[in-house]
Amino acid sequence: MEIILDVTDLHIEFHDSDTPFVAVEDFDLMLGKGEIVGIVGESGSGKSMSALAIAGLLNRKSLKKSGRIMFDGNDLLTCDRKTLRSYQGDEISIIFQEPMTSLNPVKRIGWQVEEPLFIHHPEVSKENRKFMAIEMLRSVGLENADDVYYMYPHELSGGMRQRVMIAAAMIGDPKILIADEPTTALDVTVQAQIVELLKKLNKERKTSIIFISHDLSLVNQLCQRVIVMQEGKIVESGRTSDIFTRPRDPYTKKLIAAIPRIDLSRDDKDNE
Amino acid sequence: MSKVRKDLKRNIKSNPYLLAGLIITGLILIMTIVGIFWTPYEPTAMNASEKLKGVSLRHLMGTDNMGRDIFSRVMYGSRITLLIAIGTVAIGAGVGTIIGALTGYFGGMLDEVMMRIIDALFAFPSILLALVIVSVFGTGWIQLLVSLGIAFVPSFARIVRGEVLRCKNMDYVENARLQGVSDFRMIFVHIVPNIKGVMASSIMIGFNNAVLAEAGLSYLGVGSQPPYASLGKMLSDAQQYMFTMPSYVLFPGAVIVLMVLGFAFLGEGISRWK
Repeated sequence: MEIILDVTDLHIEFHDSDTPFVAVEDFDLMLGKGEIVGIVGESGSGKSMSALAIAGLLNRKSLKKSGRIMFDGNDLLTCDRKTLRSYQGDEISIIFQEPMTSLNPVKRIGWQVEEPLFIHHPEVSKENRKFMAIEMLRSVGLENADDVYYMYPHELSGGMRQRVMIAAAMIGDPKILIADEPTTALDVTVQAQIVELLKKLNKERKTSIIFISHDLSLVNQLCQRVIVMQEGKIVESGRTSDIFTRPRDPYTKKLIAAIPRIDLSRDDKDNE
Repeated sequence: MSKVRKDLKRNIKSNPYLLAGLIITGLILIMTIVGIFWTPYEPTAMNASEKLKGVSLRHLMGTDNMGRDIFSRVMYGSRITLLIAIGTVAIGAGVGTIIGALTGYFGGMLDEVMMRIIDALFAFPSILLALVIVSVFGTGWIQLLVSLGIAFVPSFARIVRGEVLRCKNMDYVENARLQGVSDFRMIFVHIVPNIKGVMASSIMIGFNNAVLAEAGLSYLGVGSQPPYASLGKMLSDAQQYMFTMPSYVLFPGAVIVLMVLGFAFLGEGISRWK
């Protein structure tokens, strides 16, 4: 498999207070083309920090980063802002946890979906942009894409907004899509739909996805490989099926035991 | 284009503020624009036999202490007042928005330095500033406009800076940054449209303040020079005849009130635009 992203020894430290806080330690990740990798762990385990670093969103002065994030022959940690910007939204896209606040409230949906295209491919004509945006909206499952194009974010539900976010992230046909807990703010049925949608996009467009979640059942459905993180360190990584059937690390075991199971009645659980 | 017209129609129907604002400012504007080409009498023509006459068909708003037709003078004066108010707000809001947006967005040293300059400007009474500019460049309404404009920059800069500070940590700004949006585009395309509601109301308040400041400064003899009129100047000329000939003070005052009210309604209407 062709490797498109190679993260080695990623190390992130906060220097806000006197004693530096280590957020991520020795993080390694190889992402193949068309692969879906899940990163799981509890809140504060450093999974979002690693993803933000990959997306190039960590440029605060109080932050110390070391290691290498190789993408397209460049190290995203050390390359200049212009190079980084030319990747962001075009080659590497990210979708966030909060679809309710991640869309600009005063801009129409169409405008927001077109924005990455407008920035990275200004040569595309206005009519073409609109055509592509509506196509994209349709392919993320918004049936009435022609109407949605002219709507404002407040006219859409949470699930629809997350679809719009995905459409905006995917319009530049990125090589990597980072989904930072994209389903956490949504209810369970919508969660499943979004996961299906990510699967579909991955299959159709060969987009590699880094899926960050603390919901192991979703990760199990979606990802081929899983990285389990705890307190900034990788405790276990491997194929999803291996990890779910034969977890080695005690933390992974606990995480898997925490998945609510429908096939156990209440009494069974007590007996366990 | 038809989309804009449809939006406007729908908003006027559901939004009485917008309708009232459009009607009142429309009337004032029509009166002012007609005044450029035609007034019933020459605004500066005196008539010794018709001093301080009340409302009549010959003089719709009566005459002043020199026998000049008040209606003609109001038409002329509202042009000057409008020009000063609009110019003042344009300078204040334009420069203030740019300073506020840049300092709020980038922060750091730029923010510190600019804000201290703004503080210094704030501490300077606008009347004093106007007097300084007038004493250097001479009296007249253009000098008045410029000095008021400079005096209005700090408040706009403050408001915009605060709003930009609020917006720049929003998720959608973070999201736009991830799409590779440049700083300039971020400020003026993504953030500033989000503060247009606050901007609209502060522009309207600024407009009202400008009308009142113009009146105050004209009273001090800094603004438009006699025999030419501005609404504020007429109001201050009229105050000694307030009880003998109330129409003299009433009509210029009423036009000022309508002007302020119309723009206030318009501001409210715009901020409720859907």
